[in-house]
Amino acid sequence: MSTDTASRAARVVGQPLRRKEDAHLITGQARWTDNLIVPGLLHMAIARSPTAHARIKSADVSAALEQPGVVAAFTGADLAADYGSLPTAWHVSDDLIVPDHRPIATDEVRYLGDAVAVVVADDAYHAADALEAVEVDYEHLPAVIDIEAALRDGAPLVHADKGTNRAFTWGFAAGDYEAARQHADVVLSRRFVQQRVMPVAMEPRAVMAEPTPATQKFTLWTSTQVPHFVRILMSTMCGIPEQKLRVIAPDVGGGFGGKLNVYAEEAIALAVARRLGRPVKWTASRGEDLQATTHGRDMIQDVEIAATRDGRVLGLKVRLTSDLGAYLQLLTPAVPLLGRYVYPGIYKFEAHDFFCEGVFTTKTPTDSYRGAGRPEATFAIERIMDELAAELGLDPLTLRARNWITHSEFPYTTIAGLTYDSGNYEAATDRAAELFGYDDLRREQAERRQRQDRVQLGIGVSTYTEMAGLGPSRWFGEHGYSVGGWETATVRLLPTGRVEAIVGTSPHGQGHVTSFSQIVADAMGVSFDDVGVLHGDTEVATWGLDTYGSRSLLLGGAAVAEAARQVVDQARVVAARLLEASPDDLEFANGRFSVRGDPEAAKTIRDVAVAAFTAHDLPQGADPVLMAEATFDPDAFSFPSGTHLCAAEVDTKTGFVKVRSYAAVDDVGTVVNPMIVEGQIHGGVTQGLAQALYEQAVYDAAGNLVTGSLVDYLVPSAADVLPYVTDRTETPAMTNPLGAKGAGEAGTIASTPAVVNAVVDALRPYGVTDVSMPCTPERVWRAIHRTPAAAGG
Amino acid sequence: MVLISTTVDGLSHQEDVEPRLLLVHYLRRSLGRTGTVIGCDTSNCGACTVLLDGLSVKSCTVLAIQADGSDITTIQGLADGGLHPVQKAFRENHGLQCGYCTAGMIMSTVDLLLENPDPSDQQIRDGLEGNLCRCTGYHNIVKAVHAAAAELRTTAEVAAQGAPAGHPEEPGRDRPEDSLMRDVASSGSDVTLSADQPRPGERYRS
Repeated sequence: MSTDTASRAARVVGQPLRRKEDAHLITGQARWTDNLIVPGLLHMAIARSPTAHARIKSADVSAALEQPGVVAAFTGADLAADYGSLPTAWHVSDDLIVPDHRPIATDEVRYLGDAVAVVVADDAYHAADALEAVEVDYEHLPAVIDIEAALRDGAPLVHADKGTNRAFTWGFAAGDYEAARQHADVVLSRRFVQQRVMPVAMEPRAVMAEPTPATQKFTLWTSTQVPHFVRILMSTMCGIPEQKLRVIAPDVGGGFGGKLNVYAEEAIALAVARRLGRPVKWTASRGEDLQATTHGRDMIQDVEIAATRDGRVLGLKVRLTSDLGAYLQLLTPAVPLLGRYVYPGIYKFEAHDFFCEGVFTTKTPTDSYRGAGRPEATFAIERIMDELAAELGLDPLTLRARNWITHSEFPYTTIAGLTYDSGNYEAATDRAAELFGYDDLRREQAERRQRQDRVQLGIGVSTYTEMAGLGPSRWFGEHGYSVGGWETATVRLLPTGRVEAIVGTSPHGQGHVTSFSQIVADAMGVSFDDVGVLHGDTEVATWGLDTYGSRSLLLGGAAVAEAARQVVDQARVVAARLLEASPDDLEFANGRFSVRGDPEAAKTIRDVAVAAFTAHDLPQGADPVLMAEATFDPDAFSFPSGTHLCAAEVDTKTGFVKVRSYAAVDDVGTVVNPMIVEGQIHGGVTQGLAQALYEQAVYDAAGNLVTGSLVDYLVPSAADVLPYVTDRTETPAMTNPLGAKGAGEAGTIASTPAVVNAVVDALRPYGVTDVSMPCTPERVWRAIHRTPAAAGG
Repeated sequence: MVLISTTVDGLSHQEDVEPRLLLVHYLRRSLGRTGTVIGCDTSNCGACTVLLDGLSVKSCTVLAIQADGSDITTIQGLADGGLHPVQKAFRENHGLQCGYCTAGMIMSTVDLLLENPDPSDQQIRDGLEGNLCRCTGYHNIVKAVHAAAAELRTTAEVAAQGAPAGHPEEPGRDRPEDSLMRDVASSGSDVTLSADQPRPGERYRS
């Protein structure tokens, strides 16, 4: 599906062009939702539950109504008829329990931060002040914190009417795991705990709803990754006909999955705007955002691997328990499902046995967080491969090479049932080892062990793959996801010869405007600067399925390229008229149509644009509007892969971990803008490293969020991380016309196990076989000292 | 209400404000200078960093009345028309993705480079640890700071050799408070109004 211009010399695809997005961001001219003001704007503040679990005996906002500047105030009961339940879109099993989830609680609060009332005032300070006057009488109920305890008989219930805290169960098996286990020389099991983490996009969530009372139309500005989802679901949830609801995602300051949702505050803002006939805005404080934006990870993984003595893996068994929090948000139940396919990683297993359960607790709901299920799965397989290597006395790279799918074996269908289209794990690993100085570091490690140095050196390996480009609509349908997975774009040639692309993806830092401009520039032979890209407003970009799951470039980019190609085809007909030639006799290159054999006879795209627009002499059937819409729905996922190597120095006296060097060689297929890809890898690696070493959302036994501010929740600063050495191998994807594989999540997926493997590797002489995340000095110290073999150092 | 006078990005303002009004809210809501943003409520993230009489402060941690009589520079007033070398360097080196931390990151960098015109990698990382970025992993931010430092040093050398003072692209940028600030920085006195934050790692070390 390459375009006519694919071979021309001046291609910009593949060039590290500087971003079009930056000019307004570096000068303070961005349009964040909280910046927006419309006439008559009111401000709303939300009263939230101060406790994890309680029955609401009464909620009274009458005193709040008396406060200065307050215009209105509502309890959950007041607004009960204004909207329905917040939706979940992925029904992963027949036994899935979907509790009623009211935007403002009416009968019970089920996590600290659950909304209990809303106050609306003329000023944000007044609204916040009036929250103090909201009176809610709670009858406390037991908190449900530990997921294993929550599954025991007689455990207190998060949703009493459901009779259980078990939200779903499902399993999968391929091959005969028990037989594999019996044939194995070595069977290793480990329990890995994926701690709860928080996405912490730097821009807290914000929403503004503006009604037009006479027409009952609404505009909703929201800091979201998914304006199209929000439009459809808010329309049904709030009873606003879809054609009367416009959703705009203006500049959005990061997402990481935390804005891949349909949130209570969006429904509340619409309800309030409709009640009052006035616009209303809500902006989360950081503390509020940490409570009321979905969290991520939070799983227990019991993993067992069976292998031969010579290091051939046979079988993999996984028992997964996932903490869903108090309710199902948009994709909450799907996170383990997205992971389940990549537990076998890049290795050739004969048997796989997988089972998982989802559990309700009285905590903030979990949902997608950069990678969503795949980082957890990759952690499990890459950690246990390192454990197996240690058990067998093999170098971890040697063990991997004995088991991975070799370059000549693609396409390869894994035991989990996915067909990997392409990959070259050998090339990435060789390059990473070279950049990292693998052999030298192993020598230094041996010397430090020999000397019993206080500071030990560990080397962590992660040879990962993941499934990206979510995703095939048919696959979604087969797996209970109630939306499609296609992506769409419209390209139009403007009268002056400039080009506009309207895309269905919705960026929040990824640089879509730049990357899509590069694709259009190449396809149409226009300059990069002559391309505009519009997105994030359902009145402009009506169709789209938004940005998540490393899908935007693969699917959206493919749609952009195809739409541009079709516009060139339309333009060819007009150019043929101008040149008095047959369309079939025209060549198109560098934005010029020329008559084959007579290169002097040529018309540019700009000439064609004017001729079409004026329409003074169009051929029969030609349209003055040169515009095409194209949709791309992949047949299969793509599979980014790579090798990440981490060297960590561990002070055995203090337990302090210092990551000394980090090399990442990733294969994200064909690259449109290498600068943007490298930035995605840097940021992704940092987020994964942060899970390994720094971040944890902590709840106490009573269900209080102890890490409720950025004082307590350690998002790393520049001083906490290091420069990375990066490179790429390039094995094009076969599953989309661009050959791109997706780069948004790869770094995060790869890095967490690389870092933890390095920490554990440093401590092997102490008999340490695991350190639970985050690997804080205290945990590392305890891991060293609770081990009887701890000696020396 | 308290009447305060400020100069913000070169424009004078007089306004009655509530004593509790935060400087960042004064900038954003009272004056409509929304280039300065809010990312947290505990002075950790630095997204709201501005220069107050030439020194970087987290404007969420300063009351508007404390800024009475002050000259405030925000991201929107950093350059007249063109781009400040730090802004340019962030763009050239892909030092931003979503851009939400960027205004604060750039303002902190401006202060850092006034204090230390030729910082090492580690000095940059330590100097910017009060500014959080969730997108870039900081790698390209550090590169951007080096690039900006090099350009500013070149400009300073040209100026020292007798060329007209100030950055060639931005006449008048070298304001009196810049030199005042250098004096303050070199004297080691701590006049910054932002709370001293512990280094994230120190919570574990202590």
